[in-house]
Amino acid sequence: MNEEVKKNMEEFGFPVIVDEKSGAMQWVDMRELRLRYIISVENIKPFYEGLREGKLMATKCKKCGRIFFPPQKDCPSCFDSDIEWVELKKEGTLETMTVVFVKPPSFGQYDPYPVAIAKLDDGPRILAWYSGDPQQVKPGQRVKVQVSRRKEGYLMYELAPI
Amino acid sequence: MSENVAVIGIGHSKFGTRKDVNIAELCWESMKPAFETANLEPKDIDFFVVSNAGMWSSEAAIPALIAEYADLAPKGSMRVEAACASGSAALRVGYTAVKSGMVDLALILGVEKMQESPNPNVIELIGRFGSYFWEFENFGLTFPAYYALHGTAYMMKYGATEEDYAKVAVKNHYYGAKNPYAQFQKEIDVETVLKSPYIAWPFKLFDCSPITDGSACVILASEEKVKELGIDEKVWILGQGVGTGTANLSRREEFTSLASARYAAEQAYKMAGIDIDDPANYLDGANVHDCFTAPEIIAYEDLRFCKRGEGYKLIRDEQTYIGGKIPVNIDGGLKAKGHPIGATGVSQAVEAYKQLLQKAEPGRQADINKGRWLAHNVGGTGHYTYVTIYGLEKR
Repeated sequence: MNEEVKKNMEEFGFPVIVDEKSGAMQWVDMRELRLRYIISVENIKPFYEGLREGKLMATKCKKCGRIFFPPQKDCPSCFDSDIEWVELKKEGTLETMTVVFVKPPSFGQYDPYPVAIAKLDDGPRILAWYSGDPQQVKPGQRVKVQVSRRKEGYLMYELAPI
Repeated sequence: MSENVAVIGIGHSKFGTRKDVNIAELCWESMKPAFETANLEPKDIDFFVVSNAGMWSSEAAIPALIAEYADLAPKGSMRVEAACASGSAALRVGYTAVKSGMVDLALILGVEKMQESPNPNVIELIGRFGSYFWEFENFGLTFPAYYALHGTAYMMKYGATEEDYAKVAVKNHYYGAKNPYAQFQKEIDVETVLKSPYIAWPFKLFDCSPITDGSACVILASEEKVKELGIDEKVWILGQGVGTGTANLSRREEFTSLASARYAAEQAYKMAGIDIDDPANYLDGANVHDCFTAPEIIAYEDLRFCKRGEGYKLIRDEQTYIGGKIPVNIDGGLKAKGHPIGATGVSQAVEAYKQLLQKAEPGRQADINKGRWLAHNVGGTGHYTYVTIYGLEKR
């Protein structure tokens, strides 16, 4: 809580501040909420097991052969959950890119990061950070999927120039 | 069932940084003129819908909040969310409710008070409108970054430039300067845009719509009610289309167009009896979802104001200014008017009413010859698109 709020609470009795630009009085919320979700990955465990070994795993419907990436456990075409896990070839062609300069606070520890979408030679597209120099990217840039350890300490896939 | 549905009342708050009011007060600022223009009171309303994306603001039960503040209790209501297209989603609910004959008078209120939270928190939250788990959690895509992926693809494919994008911002600020309700009422030049700092390459600060507080309100009436009340000033909803896109951008086929927008446009044109091969010829103007500069150009193409790959030429040739092929965002658009998420779609309806009835402020009134106006409102990055067509004459 900032000093002005503390001071006003002591002297005036309430957690208020005066907005600098407008001069309007603001109540500073006493109830802070921190969000951290717990998300089930039970049905895509093979994806993470593959990633640990440097593999990019997708699901494939055994009936119609449709490939899903990101993986999903149900095929809506066949109304079937009989899927198998297949390894995707890790090479493809970069289709578009951006560089995120203004970052969400939860990514504050990173330098501006390039994000790219590539079409893998097997068909599916993948969105990930691009580890090469964004200024050197040429139209039709070939890329490969590789796995690296994040600053937070976990493994994640990224795109690297070939 | 009501064959036709009309907008009979409108209200619009000042958009911007609104530290001077709380959420309920901000709502009333647009509700009051909506009641006054429709010559109605809160007790006349059968049903009301509130669009609000929320998260950054404190109150979640806004329908109940305004039921209390504006004497709408015990009438039925709900809050709806479709990211940045929430306002049009609320219109959709009200429109279908009136059209079905379930209610005769529906009030649609869009409101957002984004500045109850500090900017970094808003940046954090607004990046979550796509696939949270696959695209935000690990790759930190922000809202500008999602659209920047489209802006880059478009430049690479068609040879548009950052300067072309800047021209969209220049146009929208030009008209924002003439709109007393706009957040930014100041003209800018191409240099200003090009020299502003990068937010998500190729977008710079002046390619981006701002973080905005604001509200907008419309009252919808059945054809019978319009007759009964003897309403002269109104515009009819001639058609509305809605489309949905995949959560993951990586599940899409292309990044130079929004499939949900093309789908919604087709439906809306068909419903309104507009030739899909030449819609600009049926419209006096349009509001399109320019949350960033490039998406305005992509919207020209998705709405078929020009061929694919030629949208940047429309802005280069100033064809979307008043007097051009089709005036677009002559209220300043999201770019200069501001983009209070839940209010934007409703604000577009207000603008359609004002333009068609020739009530726009001096310097930003389009010539009204064809009697039709289009609103294109996108949630997320084509995760939802609503296209609504308004007209002076019923179908």
